[in-house]
Amino acid sequence: MSNQYETVFIATPVLSEHQMKEAVQKFKKVITDHKGEIVHEENWGLKKLAYPIQKKSTGFYYLIEFKGPGSLVEKLEVQYRRDERIIRFLTFRMEKFAVEYAEKKRKQKESEKSKEE
Amino acid sequence: MAQNETEIRYLTPPTVEVKKKKYCRFKKNRIRYIDYKDPEFLKKFLNDQGKILPRRITGTSLKYQRKVAKAVKRARHIALLPYVTDLLK
Repeated sequence: MSNQYETVFIATPVLSEHQMKEAVQKFKKVITDHKGEIVHEENWGLKKLAYPIQKKSTGFYYLIEFKGPGSLVEKLEVQYRRDERIIRFLTFRMEKFAVEYAEKKRKQKESEKSKEE
Repeated sequence: MAQNETEIRYLTPPTVEVKKKKYCRFKKNRIRYIDYKDPEFLKKFLNDQGKILPRRITGTSLKYQRKVAKAVKRARHIALLPYVTDLLK
């Protein structure tokens, strides 16, 4: 059984929208190329950082939830480190309550959306 | 005179505090996962300097205090919460 992981990365705010999409595509490809399966993704957009990182006070946040073998995490993080556009990243294994929580939250959002429409 | 000896007189009347029993909010509300993505919620467990408050103040059980600590540390890493600050709230 493969584990479910969650990864968040912060990209530099100097990127254009197109460049940001390209970066996201690149990392999604890294995941799918190494037998990973994307469960969910979320774009948080440009956010203010709580403290400056590399002299930048804002950044683009992007979250991906995926299933895959543990070796994939290492490969993904190597790619993060090599990429100059990424200023910070966080990857961790989701415990069963985290998976439950994420699913519940998603369902809530969906039901809210359908109510609005 | 005999009456006054037995009665203790105070300059200011003593206030009898009714202590509110502390409880673990996670156990009470059956929260099993603490999300690091919600900095506003995590701020309840931090002091003004952004330090994690001890269990004796928040009343959180040990099991969930560990999870709070983990969530706070993740939030700090991803710049949702500051490592050091003044006047957080």
